[in-house]
Amino acid sequence: MRYSGFRVIKEALTGHKGWTAAWREPDPQPAYDIVIVGGGGHGLATAYYLASKYNQHRVAVIEKGWIGGGNVGRNTTIIRSNYLLDGNEPFYEFSLKLWEGLEQDFNYNAMVSQRGILNLIHSDAQRDAFIRRGNAMILNGADAELLSTAQIKERYPFLNTENARFPIKGGLAQHRGGTVRHDAVAWGYARGADSRGVDIIQNCEVTGFRIENGKCLGVETTKGFIGAGKVGCAVAGSSSRLMSHAGMRLPMESHVLQAFVSEGLKPVLPGVITFGAGHFYVSQSDKGGLVFGGDIDGYNTYAQRGNLPVVEDVCEGGMAIFPMLGRARLLRMWGGIMDMSMDGSPIIDRTHIDGLYFNGGWCYGGFKATPASGYAFAHLLATDTPHDTATAYRFDRFERGLMIDEKGMGNQPNLH
Amino acid sequence: MLTLQCPYCGVDADETELSPGGEAHLKRFGPGSTDEEFEDYLFARQNPKGVHFERWRHAYGCGKWFLAARCTMTLEVFGTYSAQTTEPPQTIKDAITAKRPGWTWGTLS
Ligand SMILES: Cc1cc2nc3c(=O)[nH]c(=O)nc-3n(C[C@H](O)[C@H](O)[C@H](O)COP(=O)(O)OP(=O)(O)OC[C@H]3O[C@@H](n4cnc5c(N)ncnc54)[C@H](O)[C@@H]3O)c2cc1C
Ligand SMILES: [Zn+2]
Repeated sequence: MRYSGFRVIKEALTGHKGWTAAWREPDPQPAYDIVIVGGGGHGLATAYYLASKYNQHRVAVIEKGWIGGGNVGRNTTIIRSNYLLDGNEPFYEFSLKLWEGLEQDFNYNAMVSQRGILNLIHSDAQRDAFIRRGNAMILNGADAELLSTAQIKERYPFLNTENARFPIKGGLAQHRGGTVRHDAVAWGYARGADSRGVDIIQNCEVTGFRIENGKCLGVETTKGFIGAGKVGCAVAGSSSRLMSHAGMRLPMESHVLQAFVSEGLKPVLPGVITFGAGHFYVSQSDKGGLVFGGDIDGYNTYAQRGNLPVVEDVCEGGMAIFPMLGRARLLRMWGGIMDMSMDGSPIIDRTHIDGLYFNGGWCYGGFKATPASGYAFAHLLATDTPHDTATAYRFDRFERGLMIDEKGMGNQPNLH
Repeated sequence: MLTLQCPYCGVDADETELSPGGEAHLKRFGPGSTDEEFEDYLFARQNPKGVHFERWRHAYGCGKWFLAARCTMTLEVFGTYSAQTTEPPQTIKDAITAKRPGWTWGTLS
């Protein structure tokens, strides 16, 4: 069923009796050409692009819970392409371009809103770094604008520009950045993939791989063995666990990132603002809630909830830069488990096992990457060659010393 | 709030007093090792859901590094111990076995 304004009016006039389920709930078939493990944003996008761009239709997505229950439905919905390094920026700009055409492409309202993102500057050194980053963005075809303190005061009058420790000295803006309704991304890709023949199998956990003579023949699941020509894994925070079934140890740790939402308010915040120096970022959802967050808790965890020191730290950061936040009440908070990689950048690659492919290491920034990650992983699975924008995301970059370390932190996942 | 007892100064330290340092009991490979061993040592981690041995520094206290055994699923702490050891003391292993029979960690159990 195609969704359109006309359809909404027609259904309104006929008692909404014509709507059908957005995707089927099939039982698994004995075998597929390609099995994707993980029904998060990346797994569903991979299936969607396999079917829509690479003509693969015997594809299944296997999800242990329900689709959208992982990080794709837990993140703070920010999209942007403001990266510095060569391995990253072309990929994230490709992703932003896909976001710009996504809703028409998959015929679903994902509320892609390019309301802009602003990174605040507090010192000369930070200004130099952001100018460099802005230039790298422009060289890669993205947009970037350096704002003065006066421009910031005019556009964001509620910011505390005179904070004694972190006075605001300017900002780097990307006007094409913004937010997207995160669950709708999972649902839109799921519906688009399903309508092109992909089986989405929920409540089915992959418990192992069947590997014979160095070749992966399929996955063991709680619904039995499912054969596969190729298996693509995209399970975010569960990456190390899943790949341990194939005897792999990944360059990754799992950490929790918390998110916070205030009660609904009238529009007060025009775009996304990041106060990196104070470990705080914020945007306002279309429902009116202020959506904000900060740092990860810092130690390995698989519990999808965080501890209180980070709550305090995030709220302090918010109050320092955005004092009117103190008048709002916190409504909800939660956590998601992220695959923090050793250099803060992702991996989209084949493994040493024939027919077994891996996508992960997205850290706290994989939501914005969803379209490009799905596209690039579909490309890899269909053609056995890396997508042009993802050639740097290989396993061997650690062995070869070619890390993509945006923050320059070294092999400490909790610092990226 | 995660609280760990520093085995050096005996203080029950809140996590705000501590710095996490990642997986413990890594076998160090340096000059003379193969590229693969060196890569593994620097980058590959077990990252289990369950029993985890890890390094901590009593950063805002006595400043010393120590080790802890913790569950990454329940956030339960099994115990802390000195960093001057290549494997957890028997008391820690017993404390874990009491709660997680059949646990393993690399070649340890
Ligand atoms: C609080 C928070 C805020 C964030 N904010 C942002 C942001 O503003 N911008 C941004 O770009 N990124 C953000 N991120 C990061 C982003 O959400 C993730 O990087 C991204 O969603 C990960 O990819 P995914 O959507 O495929 O993951 P998920 O949705 O987690 O998908 C993985 C799926 O795999 C399933 N799975 C796991 N193991 C198995 C198994 N054995 N068998 C079957 N299925 C399995 C899981 O149930 C899950 O549904 C944030 C993350 C968090 C937690
Ligand atoms: Zn101490």
